[in-house]
Amino acid sequence: MSRTRDIEDLLRDAAPRVLAAVARRFGDFADAEDATQEAMLAATQQWPRQRTPENPAGWLIHVASLRVIDRARSDSSRRDREAAAAVREPRDPPPSPEHDDTLALMFMSCHPELTPASAIALTLRAVAGLATAEIAAAFLVPEATMAQRISRAKRTIKASAIAFRMPTGEEWAARLRSVLHILYLIFNEGYLTTGGPELARADVSREAIRLARIAHRALPDDPEVAGLLALMLLTEARRAARTTAGGELVPLDEQDRSLWDRELIAEGVELARVASSKGSAGEYLIQAQIAALHDTAARSQDTDWRRIAGLYAVLEQMTSNPMVSLNGAIAVAMFEGPETGLALLQPLEQPLAGHHRLHAIRAHLLEMAGELDAAFAEYETAANRTTNLPERDYLTMKAARVNERRSQSRVS
Amino acid sequence: MKFMLLQDYAPTEVAAEFIGAWSPEDAAAHIEFQRQMNQRLTESGELVEAQALTGPEQAKFVVYDGVGAPVVTDGPFPEGKELLAGYRMIDVESLERAIEIAAEASAAPGPGGKPIKTVIEVREVMGAPMPEQ
Repeated sequence: MSRTRDIEDLLRDAAPRVLAAVARRFGDFADAEDATQEAMLAATQQWPRQRTPENPAGWLIHVASLRVIDRARSDSSRRDREAAAAVREPRDPPPSPEHDDTLALMFMSCHPELTPASAIALTLRAVAGLATAEIAAAFLVPEATMAQRISRAKRTIKASAIAFRMPTGEEWAARLRSVLHILYLIFNEGYLTTGGPELARADVSREAIRLARIAHRALPDDPEVAGLLALMLLTEARRAARTTAGGELVPLDEQDRSLWDRELIAEGVELARVASSKGSAGEYLIQAQIAALHDTAARSQDTDWRRIAGLYAVLEQMTSNPMVSLNGAIAVAMFEGPETGLALLQPLEQPLAGHHRLHAIRAHLLEMAGELDAAFAEYETAANRTTNLPERDYLTMKAARVNERRSQSRVS
Repeated sequence: MKFMLLQDYAPTEVAAEFIGAWSPEDAAAHIEFQRQMNQRLTESGELVEAQALTGPEQAKFVVYDGVGAPVVTDGPFPEGKELLAGYRMIDVESLERAIEIAAEASAAPGPGGKPIKTVIEVREVMGAPMPEQ
């Protein structure tokens, strides 16, 4: 029984690696997937009866490759092109580093032709090797829905005839951006969404970190890849302090910093430092630098808000994203005072109209400025507009506390 | 048997709708009650799903006659208080049990810890046909 379990674990761990190696060798994702499934099936039948091979991944890659070749031979329309190429290959593929295979697979699953939701699902399934049921549980959708989302993503890839290979030349930068973007979204799904069971969500974030590590191993000199990994580590380090046992959100300045993971912080800070020495910083690296400044402040009041505001200003120029400007306004308010922060929010009214975060920040700054009636109204608007339940509870509680303060100040 | 327990935004006889206008202790008690209730229903194996919806000002009404462009109406709506605020789907042995759970939800703590007396709409979900004899 436990032997069957061992084999299942082994197969699950090996599957993405096998898929990546076979897809890379033959350049076709769909064929490689079918062949990998068949090789896994063969393994579940043969390994319990015989002996588990010493190099299980090598065995699976070999068997899956033979299946692809068999199929190419029997497929007359493709015989000339593929079988000839395949048969010329040595019996076993030349070993390529695992992280290169996995990176090639990420370029496929994070392809810009896929919607983010499809790319996230496909990456978790095909690259991270999570079971469809696990992904469905983490995203709170029925398993059948998630299975459909994944197979639709595969069909899109098949139909678009995107070649399974590392992008080259001018497409490289854009394709890498897509990969980093999807990994970032996966991390945030596991970190920010508070709907699903905590364990499932922590798993999703862990997978994003694992994949970012693989990408970093394959591209150690890319500052944005290092920046993304550092950003994830520096954010993940605060997970334990971010919510109470009851699931209530704890804002950064109220978190118990002794709960922060020192090892992750040290690793993230070092990654960001090395990457920063390699030339101009991009979006992820700057965000990692901001996170590093938060994570290395012993107490909330020791935070270097001037440097954080400076980094946000750089980021703002780079992205012209009003959400970045909003975060920058808070940083400025922390050393220049809430009135300056409120003035910086004015030009954001239009681009962020109705966004709950604009109201939440304004409420916070108004509260700092002692304008409690206006702060209460803004907290209420923010609470009514957020799409996240713990955040709504948090904003509701802020409103209740401001309400209490203003009624006390009226009495006295 | 599956039931939907539905709640709208209507103010009750004991409380205004925005919990942030209560005292912090009362607001915290209410939020904690909702969380624990879901926890208990999960542990008893009766909770299928519990969801809160975003506020009525973000609601949109869509009507389409199949030609041209659909008509999309943005809030706020005069009947906003009647909109669905959230729901629990439960899978229970009997209608009596569904009513018991609805009663518990209706008596969630309000200002001063007094039961808030929200109206809970209890609707049985259509199930699979009975097996033929």
